[in-house]
Amino acid sequence: MGRREFLINTVLALGLLVVPLWAHVNDQPYIITLTTKVAILALAGVGLNLALGLGGLVSLGHAMFFGIGGYAAGILASHAQSYAPLMEWPFTVEGTQSMPVIWMVALFASALAALVTGALSLRTSGVYFIMITLAFGQMFFYFTISWPAYGGEDGLSIYVRDHFPGLNTLVPIQFFAITYVLLGIALFVVARIARSGFGLALNAARQNETRVRAVGIEPYRLRLAAFVISGTITGLAGALFADLNRFVSPTMFSWQTSGEIMVFVILGGVARLFGPVAGAALFILLEEVLGGLSDYWHIYLGVLLLVVVLFARGGLIGLLAGEGKGDD
Amino acid sequence: MSFLLLIEQILNGLQSGVMLFLMSAGLTLIFGVMGLINLAHGSLYMVGAFAAAAVAAATGSFTLALIAALAAAALAGVLVEIVVIRRLYARDHLDQVLATFALILIFSEGTRWLFGSFPLYLDVPRALSGPVHLPGGIAYPAYRLAIIGIGFAVAAALFLLIAKTRVGMRIRAGESDREMIGALGVNISVLYTAVFALGAGLAGFAGALVGAIQSVQVGMGEPVLILAFVTIVIGGIGSIRGAFVGALLVGLTDTLGRVLLPVAFGTFMDPSAATSIGAALSSMSIYILMAGVLLFKPTGLYGSA
Amino acid sequence: MTEPLLHIDGICKSFGALKASDNVTLDLYPGEIHALIGPNGAGKSTLIAQIAGSLVPDAGRVFLEGRDVTATDTVARARAGLGRTFQISSLAMEDTVLQNAVLGALGARQKRLGLFARVMQDQALRDTAMEGLRQVGLDEFAALRTADLSHGQRRQLEVAVALTLNPHVFLMDEPMAGLGGEGSALLVTFLQQLKTRAPILLVEHDMDAVFQLADRISVLVYGRIIATGAPDEIRTNPEVREAYLGEVDDEEGGG
Repeated sequence: MGRREFLINTVLALGLLVVPLWAHVNDQPYIITLTTKVAILALAGVGLNLALGLGGLVSLGHAMFFGIGGYAAGILASHAQSYAPLMEWPFTVEGTQSMPVIWMVALFASALAALVTGALSLRTSGVYFIMITLAFGQMFFYFTISWPAYGGEDGLSIYVRDHFPGLNTLVPIQFFAITYVLLGIALFVVARIARSGFGLALNAARQNETRVRAVGIEPYRLRLAAFVISGTITGLAGALFADLNRFVSPTMFSWQTSGEIMVFVILGGVARLFGPVAGAALFILLEEVLGGLSDYWHIYLGVLLLVVVLFARGGLIGLLAGEGKGDD
Repeated sequence: MSFLLLIEQILNGLQSGVMLFLMSAGLTLIFGVMGLINLAHGSLYMVGAFAAAAVAAATGSFTLALIAALAAAALAGVLVEIVVIRRLYARDHLDQVLATFALILIFSEGTRWLFGSFPLYLDVPRALSGPVHLPGGIAYPAYRLAIIGIGFAVAAALFLLIAKTRVGMRIRAGESDREMIGALGVNISVLYTAVFALGAGLAGFAGALVGAIQSVQVGMGEPVLILAFVTIVIGGIGSIRGAFVGALLVGLTDTLGRVLLPVAFGTFMDPSAATSIGAALSSMSIYILMAGVLLFKPTGLYGSA
Repeated sequence: MTEPLLHIDGICKSFGALKASDNVTLDLYPGEIHALIGPNGAGKSTLIAQIAGSLVPDAGRVFLEGRDVTATDTVARARAGLGRTFQISSLAMEDTVLQNAVLGALGARQKRLGLFARVMQDQALRDTAMEGLRQVGLDEFAALRTADLSHGQRRQLEVAVALTLNPHVFLMDEPMAGLGGEGSALLVTFLQQLKTRAPILLVEHDMDAVFQLADRISVLVYGRIIATGAPDEIRTNPEVREAYLGEVDDEEGGG
């Protein structure tokens, strides 16, 4: 990573910390909530960016994992709240409102979904892959709407935010701290993966699949692994999102959500480590500022996206950092 | 499940299938000839429906409304092609997805700004508002029957266009070798714009026809778009025949699944559980169909690698 | 009698009515350069694809070091010791020269790709990669972006990556294509040394290079091998002359 990019990343990381701290000191809980939203959406984007930026996999159904993580949280919490076990046979599974447990379940469920859908989807390529991932996302969307047990179209509420040992998660700054730390861990993991042998091969497969095959490495396996890790990270973001809003609904699975996550990643800079962070921040900023000015602010978002795609492909970070991504 | 009800549902399936074909044919042509994946196709469907509703409200004529739908959608298509789409032919699929997604945002919010958030209504023309009595005692809505007829007619016309006319020949040549037809002197720009406009017109036309049975509102195009994607994946991208077969398959599976699955589950489950599981599964049935086809033929039924 | 390291036996492939490969049998022995020549449309590319594993033959077998690899794909054959260079350079263009070479070294290791260790700082991989680059004279350019290399340098890089794999057999598809006189001469010298490490099955159009390099030549016409033998035999073979009539005389030297 070039020096300029490293600097920009540091600024983003610090900014994401300083803003909520300032808001905490000045008793502006809404701003803390906004920053928490940025961190969570950035996390979702970090997941997608691994598959998209490094792997070149245009997954239009990533909301599937976001929704699975969210519903894992929602379902477990709702069972805990109503003191009704999830199942009683062959063994009793109770609900829970403990975040670490919920995260484990969310991670596992998303990983499983990514493994199954990825194994099928990755047998195709190009446009077929894009469409089949979109279709899988929709499948989950429609299923969740018509499954009445967990709210259907109306969604599911979490009355009390789940708890984390040692912290009071209802305090905005403390919940933010949790999301910030998790985002940091995810960024660290993805950075290490990008610099690893696996990352080198995956990135090479994106550029030239024949080359990778010619050195005796199977691209399908690389891509499947990347897809699973990617889905897992996005799934964690979904679980956090559920706790942020204390609400989950089928919209978390929608194609609009898949599109939005991809938009943050592109706006910030696809394949840049902090791209999703910059993109999520920019998106929330636009939503707050432009959304306040006009009900139809999505038009401006559309135009901005069009401009970025046609003229500024590197996104915000590409624009600021300029030079190439650099060798290690 | 009475036999009559089954026939009615099969006809419904055919009706939704042919409308889906109009959407899918455009999508698959655009991809086959220009190599472009177009997410904004649903927006063109919506434009057609809105144009039809507006014109019908203003003039009271359904025929005028249909013509308006075709024209408005085709025009929108030409505009979009010239301003945005033609910059995307040389780009990779990610860029095409993102740019056309941006178009969805612009079209949807733009329409909402022009027409508001409440749905518009398009009335079925009075001449077709009654039932038709089919042999066997079935009373089926005349309008839906008309749609099936129109849909098959358009399909036939499209096949003839592609197979028998010079334009069709250029389109087929464009599908197999883009650079070659340019070298042979065919004006690529005009051809591409024409193909895009054709696809857009078909989508808008479908939007108007369906708008009379469902409501006309912002966002109506995207669910159909996604179904159209599933259809061309099943049928094979670039193949009109595949789009036709795929569309009928999807239309029938969706409609019949919705009706038959709860019934099937009802044989061994209590009615309420059967309905909910049946409904949930039927909404997934198309995707299961798609996954099934892709397992055996990764490029669809009539697609080539 | 030494065993051939690469043995192609009775390969047949048809596309509809077109017989692209018609009962092709070929051998590659240790220490030799075996050139495969033929007029355009003879079916060379189809044959290469079947040897490399990207196309499945209708009939016939491919043996690598005595093992039947017919049912395996390109990845498996690469792991089994088949090194390849491509007619159109097939490299990771955004990556640096060193990264491409390290990719080769990584593939050669045939172990699990690491998920956390920084691959570019792995000394063993770097050494193998640099060694490959050194042998083709690209070591000074290690930090350059592959897209910034000249055409000839990309060819060299392809060979370097193939070298890092330590293959037992080389399959080279028109390595001379696009190289000027000086580049061709250098490559010819290089290949003459290379054959002692591993034999080379060479598909080439550049007749000067072919006659300088080849220990044996096979001629492919309409999917069939019409002659196999030493360069002098081939040069004077009447059937070959007829197939190439006009082509050899018109051929500009060196490409």
